[in-house]
Amino acid sequence: MITRSVDVAVVGGGPAGLSAALSAKKNGAGDVLIIERGESLGGILNQCIHEGFGIDAFGEPLTGPEYMQRFIDEVGKEKIPYMCNSMVLEISKDRRLLVSSGDGLYEITAKAIVLCMGCRERTRGQICTPGTRPAGVYTAGTAQNFINLKGYKVGERIVILGSGDIGLIMARRLTLEGAKVLAVAEIMPYSSGLPRNMAQCLYDYDIPLHLSHTVVEIHGRKRVEAVTIARVDDRFRPVKGTEKRIECDTLLLSVGLIPENELTRNAGVLIDETTGGAVVDENLQTAVPGIFACGNVLHVHDIVDYVSLEGDRAGKSAAEYSKGKQMKQAPVKAKPGEGVRYVLPHYVSGSEDVKFSLRVMAPERNVKLVLADGSRIIKTVIKSRVNPAEMIQLPLKKNELAGCKEITIKLQNDK
Amino acid sequence: MEKEYDVAVIGGGVVGCAIAREITRYDLKVVLFEKECDVALGTSGRNSGVSHAGFYVPTGTLKAKMNIEGHEMMPALCRELGVPRQEVGKIVVAKDESERDYLYKLKETGDKNGSDKLSIIDEKEIRRLEPNINGIEALHSPTTAILDPFLLTIALAENALRNGARIMLNTEVKGIDQTSGGFKIETDKGPCKSNTVINSAGLYAGKIAVMAGIDGYRIHPCRGEYHILDKSRRHLINGAVYPVPPKELGGLGIHLTPTTDGNIMLGPSAEYIPGPDDTVTTADVMDKLFKESFEFLPKISRKDIIKSFSGIRPKLITAGSKEAADFIIEESPKVSGFINLIGIESPGLTGAPAIAKKVAGIVKDIQGGLKQKPGFDPVEKPRIRFAELSRREKAGLIKKDPNYGVVVCRCQTVTKKEVMDALNNPLCARSIYGISKRCRATLGRCQGGFCIPKIVEIMEESYHPKTSDITYSGKGSGLFTGKKEGVE
Repeated sequence: MITRSVDVAVVGGGPAGLSAALSAKKNGAGDVLIIERGESLGGILNQCIHEGFGIDAFGEPLTGPEYMQRFIDEVGKEKIPYMCNSMVLEISKDRRLLVSSGDGLYEITAKAIVLCMGCRERTRGQICTPGTRPAGVYTAGTAQNFINLKGYKVGERIVILGSGDIGLIMARRLTLEGAKVLAVAEIMPYSSGLPRNMAQCLYDYDIPLHLSHTVVEIHGRKRVEAVTIARVDDRFRPVKGTEKRIECDTLLLSVGLIPENELTRNAGVLIDETTGGAVVDENLQTAVPGIFACGNVLHVHDIVDYVSLEGDRAGKSAAEYSKGKQMKQAPVKAKPGEGVRYVLPHYVSGSEDVKFSLRVMAPERNVKLVLADGSRIIKTVIKSRVNPAEMIQLPLKKNELAGCKEITIKLQNDK
Repeated sequence: MEKEYDVAVIGGGVVGCAIAREITRYDLKVVLFEKECDVALGTSGRNSGVSHAGFYVPTGTLKAKMNIEGHEMMPALCRELGVPRQEVGKIVVAKDESERDYLYKLKETGDKNGSDKLSIIDEKEIRRLEPNINGIEALHSPTTAILDPFLLTIALAENALRNGARIMLNTEVKGIDQTSGGFKIETDKGPCKSNTVINSAGLYAGKIAVMAGIDGYRIHPCRGEYHILDKSRRHLINGAVYPVPPKELGGLGIHLTPTTDGNIMLGPSAEYIPGPDDTVTTADVMDKLFKESFEFLPKISRKDIIKSFSGIRPKLITAGSKEAADFIIEESPKVSGFINLIGIESPGLTGAPAIAKKVAGIVKDIQGGLKQKPGFDPVEKPRIRFAELSRREKAGLIKKDPNYGVVVCRCQTVTKKEVMDALNNPLCARSIYGISKRCRATLGRCQGGFCIPKIVEIMEESYHPKTSDITYSGKGSGLFTGKKEGVE
């Protein structure tokens, strides 16, 4: 076994990881190492060849690979070492990583670790879609990989279940490749993708969207031959008599993303069951000192620009921790109130500026976000519309936080 | 020239493969036909993966005999063939007073059958064995074991091949004619001759028998659905946990069974269906499976389900029948030289080695004695499981072959070398299904989302398949409908 010591080990070389590594380096960490399981840096954005990335971060729409290249170039300039084709098998509480690669098995001891492993797609198995188990059922991201990186056509007549962003992007992509996207079924009464993707990927191509619908059966023994969709009631149960059979050869699933936290759990890090990611404080430090988390492994983001910003923050904290700087205690709890699904970070110091990330439960119009400390209202932000697909960022100044004991963020009608 | 064999085995399930392997001990030309792209694609690969101790089957039946003998043979067989098997034990749990009597009846049957070390345990002992399970009393069978039914069937087939049998996958038998010197067998790959024919076609055994002119076997397909839970839940039970079966069901009741790979299976249901290949999962049953399992084990959640599947039992009795049908294993009284295995449902997996031995005996009688083949090699090397090795062993393997260091399937920690070995298997079974059953890639929580593209890459590197030949499970199950022009 090969042993190695570093100041900051970054697990994952996608958008979160590269931002974290660059930030750690810029903030004075001497020895930063990026560990990437894929064969090159870039993560999932390597297969996202559509544009629309970086509008916030760079003020221009870039493709996924273009967006990532800017960070990869920076990593090169900063001479930050990285290992590709390298899988972290274990992370321990005392910050030792067991890494498998073609060169050998490594044990890497890190003063600080930043977790940037991203997320995986929810599968047909997890949503218990009935029917046969033929070829031709793909998660949207897997189909994207096959088409964009390998040039394989996954099907000709497509039904998409779920209107998550990757599903919408794939509806357009498949249409451009000559396939026919027959329907997008969404179990919720509203789309779970970004409005701009709804417009640019579905409406522009006349692809029908069936809200409050799900796939109730997959047909075909060897390859998908058809799917049956049906309307669901307000408890998401299929309504008898509304079934409609659609002849197709492919079913794509875009039914949610799950942060990949198996390593995290085994390291003893506390997980928030709502986000599926670690419980963190304003430094993005997890419950295990010296282990930080950012990006989609912490909570699923809507746009990558925010992932990069979060990576920046986590990298800075990790650098400071690696230099032995005492991290500020964060005793003030922040939690979601009515209408809000989650709030991040979970804990703040109350003596620093902080930017909360949150998502609402359902789409609403003319509402206000109310931040309160018990019964005392700290701040109110009026929103003409909110959407669960869009992450809301809410900055708060330290003077606004002074003296807070427990912060609740809730949604109220703006009457 | 038509190929000529001494024995033709029809069906590449666990029983057919065990028979093929058993008779390669003798100086015989053996062929096995399997219509699918791999072995264990039918009932053999779609069950609880349990080596049963033999207390459910009626005393004095062939089922009981095969069960008890097979269960006794299984440890040595699995060792010989390098097949994962764990003696995790099993409890059959009575939830209330009304179910208590059943346990004693089971124990009595088991004791009579010769099932080993059965005991009735109290609530305290249940708690000790299975802290997460509630019950007032249970039957405990410490010898009940779990095994990997795919790897067992694959190893049997590969060992038969090693010892000279021909294993013909993707080959469907279309007709059987008795001739003066034996049988002429028509297949979709051409005809052949065989002196003896063994019908171990499972759900299709009735159909095969008809081809040979033997009518009258009615097989009643009975579907069982299962859920598979994420590995993170494995710690919730130690061994297999079975209920007292509800009276109206034709199975053992919905139970919790650990797998040798570290998952838990919930199931199976029991539902008579018209066709033998309708392996669907249905909304109502999936819901019921979870609810009933949840009653047993409240610590599970629907989020833990990573996959659902179903298998079909080839039953000889119809729904609601009071009688229990026995296995039929015999040379047809009507067509000499034709051996039928009919109604081989549970405990067919457990019984397979004993059934194979019994059938070898019948073959011996038909052939008028058999000569042992010198050089028969009963051993298959166990597959290397990188994930299960110590750090030192892992490091050693990577040094030997760097492809052991490259993890392809992240959920199950399966390396590139393991995938390559699974792909380049002696049976030449090349499908995603075949790879997954051999090395466990794609069977984890992402269900192949991340690793199937990598596996396709390895297929391309290894043998440059045509796009249409990259399949999930053989002909008709292509992953792709084409490749973009200009893409190499």
